[in-house]
Amino acid sequence: MTGINYSEKIPNNVDLSGDRTLQRALEQWQPNFINWWDDMGPEGSTDMDVYLRTAVSVDPQGWAQFGHVKMRDYRWGIFMNPGDQERKIHFGDHKGESVWQDVPGEHRANLRRIIVTQGDTEPASVEQQRHLGLTAPSMYDLRNLFQINVEEGRHLWAMVYLLHKHFGRDGREEAEALLERRSGNDDNPRILQAFNEQTPDWLSFFMFTYFTDRDGKYQLCALAESAFDPLARTTKFMLTEEAHHMFVGESGISRVIQRTVEMMNQLKTDDVNKLRAAGVIDLPTIQRYINFHFSVTIDLFGADESSNAATFYSSGLKGRYEEGKRNDDHTLRGEHYKVLEVVNGQLQEKEVPMLNALNEVLRDDYINDSVGGVERWNRVITKAGIPFKLTVPHKAFHRNIGSLSGSKVSPDGRVVSESEWSVKVDEWLPTSEDRAYVASLMGRVVEPGKFANWIAPPNMGINRQAMDFDYVRFN
Amino acid sequence: MTATTELIQQHLIDPEICIRCNTCEATCPVGAITHDSRNYVVNADICNLCMACVPPCPTGSIDNWRSMPKASAYSLEEQLGWDELPEVLHEPVVASAPQTATAQQEAAATFVASDSQEAQAFTSSSYGSTLPPWSAAHPYVNLHGPKTPITAKVVGNVQVNDAGTNNETHHIVLDFGGVPFPVLEGQSIGVIPSGLDAQGKAHHARQYSIASPRNGERAGYNNVSLTVKRVVEDHQGKAVKGVASNFLCDLKIGDDVQVIGPFGSGFLMPNHPKSHIVMICTGTGSAPMRAMTEWRRRLRQSGKFEGGKLLLFFGARTQQELPYFGPLQKLPKDFIDIHFAFSRTPGQPKRYVQDAMRERSADLASLLKDGNTHFYVCGLKSMEEGVVMALRDIANDAGIGWEQIAPVLKREGRLHLETY
Repeated sequence: MTGINYSEKIPNNVDLSGDRTLQRALEQWQPNFINWWDDMGPEGSTDMDVYLRTAVSVDPQGWAQFGHVKMRDYRWGIFMNPGDQERKIHFGDHKGESVWQDVPGEHRANLRRIIVTQGDTEPASVEQQRHLGLTAPSMYDLRNLFQINVEEGRHLWAMVYLLHKHFGRDGREEAEALLERRSGNDDNPRILQAFNEQTPDWLSFFMFTYFTDRDGKYQLCALAESAFDPLARTTKFMLTEEAHHMFVGESGISRVIQRTVEMMNQLKTDDVNKLRAAGVIDLPTIQRYINFHFSVTIDLFGADESSNAATFYSSGLKGRYEEGKRNDDHTLRGEHYKVLEVVNGQLQEKEVPMLNALNEVLRDDYINDSVGGVERWNRVITKAGIPFKLTVPHKAFHRNIGSLSGSKVSPDGRVVSESEWSVKVDEWLPTSEDRAYVASLMGRVVEPGKFANWIAPPNMGINRQAMDFDYVRFN
Repeated sequence: MTATTELIQQHLIDPEICIRCNTCEATCPVGAITHDSRNYVVNADICNLCMACVPPCPTGSIDNWRSMPKASAYSLEEQLGWDELPEVLHEPVVASAPQTATAQQEAAATFVASDSQEAQAFTSSSYGSTLPPWSAAHPYVNLHGPKTPITAKVVGNVQVNDAGTNNETHHIVLDFGGVPFPVLEGQSIGVIPSGLDAQGKAHHARQYSIASPRNGERAGYNNVSLTVKRVVEDHQGKAVKGVASNFLCDLKIGDDVQVIGPFGSGFLMPNHPKSHIVMICTGTGSAPMRAMTEWRRRLRQSGKFEGGKLLLFFGARTQQELPYFGPLQKLPKDFIDIHFAFSRTPGQPKRYVQDAMRERSADLASLLKDGNTHFYVCGLKSMEEGVVMALRDIANDAGIGWEQIAPVLKREGRLHLETY
């Protein structure tokens, strides 16, 4: 077996070399991870040198490490934000007690489930995106895709570290299973359904990184409040990387819109067929993609009433978004929250105990945040002088989890009949024709400084490099 | 520095690029960053410019800086209301908050060729050209001579390092009002200090390179800027009070100054859009480099430039002493390629501009071969030799042959040496 140089090959601040048991466990896991990367990582990327940002420490300067590396040799590291000896649990029934450095026996199963569920999404998204490199709209975008892929890989390492360090044999088995499930595989699928869907084109990819990676942000934020200190510190650090993923999504969609409105002004038309003939993605299609990705993603927050959510909160495993900034008693007993249900063909609000509604609380925080970015996209349209407004659909639209599951609700929040739904659904969700059109645009553009016709260049390069910088060297 | 004139570098976040990911707020060690549902903003009263938030930002939106009088810095309320950054009020590319300039002494002490035999046989100044590049704009010279000086008004005089140091450096802006005084980057002006010399005669004029581009320190105004170090000792370290530099540094806003010029018709920048500029300087030798850089930056901002490269080698004792260090860091990498050389960084080996040049010898060799490349050297006399020798070695090592290329550079106005 080749030894691993832990102080170099796996940058870490968890004293890996001082923990023999952990060292052995990771030594066994590492080759399997590399095998998984070779099998399921970005297709055809083995020989490419990619201009990647590598985290080498948790201080701000540790982020500024850019250089061309082969992704296989990326320094997958294990990082935790610095610990605070004095940190106390600040919500739930254990509020005021010291945080846990080890897993309490009674929470072991729940914590393992939380970590495995989070960990499973990381390799899943790499698998979903593995073919996208073949249709990249530019070398810049190709690099951003790869940066996301290696960071998802690093997030897997972060979760595997927790499993190995704190969950013994069970944890090691779970870590292996994370490498064995496959996105979209009928026999052994990924845990969450959204991570078994395809990411067939770059518009879907940008939507995914904007909407679905933002779900990741909210989940990580909630876990960063956890009473289980190693989980809190790990997820805090992951958030910094997650931010890059959302940047790719938000700026990606913004650039698609930019290009479309340029073409609308150039041709002086909003005719979908003319715009499609000109090779850009019309705004109604973008709206339908938003409707789809938004609705699928808000399902990820789980059922609107959930006793598991209450248990996770009260026992201190998972807090709310920005728990520390909220002004309430942080135990929430006796508090109420409104959730939606369909009664007699009408959407109605109903008050339920807030502890049971914590999924809905997190979902609403997420929705507020998502709306902000859509408003920023609208500014691109407004600036071009075009009267069109993108919106996120009503939260009851196209839901498949919770009490709204299966209800037919229009994007503007009206309960509609089956027949109205089937007539209108093609206006609301991407049609196979839409998807085929978007797919038809996906040709590969990778000459430095060149961009596909359907997307505008970004307003600045990565690490302030030039637009025609060779972000990826193909060798 | 009084409160009314104090300039600060205000840190701002570009709301058009920011994705509201909260990374900066989570990173800031002093709690200077906050947000509402619309924007992320920086509190100028708290921000200590530690830069901790800059590397983790996924978008680059974090890296925006404006020179602002402290009294009128943008408040949190203003920033929270923005959809985009406000226009730059006054846009000195590198002027806003220069730090200290002691590089001259440094240069004097250190730019001595290592091989003295070789040095004797090598006269660096003979390689400098007196002709401008073919695409330079036509300069006006000697419009106002010593007998007919014009009166300029001081509209800015910022002391840019701490009071009481012996390296006090000022950024001084002179306005000519309605009097014609057209200048180009690389030209200089003469300043006649007021009063009489020891012999009871009027002082003679002292020459200063202008640090601002042709259309004004503030674009569209008839003004120029100078970078002036208060001289309190001579090159040998003896206490000497420089007449003109002390006169200039003591000026107050509204004061009148007698000015002559402009001077200089060789050290001028090329204008054609594919020309490359290699700038090598120390200390206040950065003034013409700042002027050329800023002109190119303004051209580029208005979409009138393409392709031409800018390469800067800039030496000082330490990062803290290097003038314009902060603002230079803000220039996009795809606009200018900057190499600093610090000779007195504690714990680091001494590094001079010629060392930095040798590290980039591959790039410099290809630039030497390119007829579109122009070299400019400005600083103390003693740096000239080391720099030209470095160019010679790079040319020879690359098989270009210094003795072949040097006469071409001279004949075509592509190597300019301005040392003092």
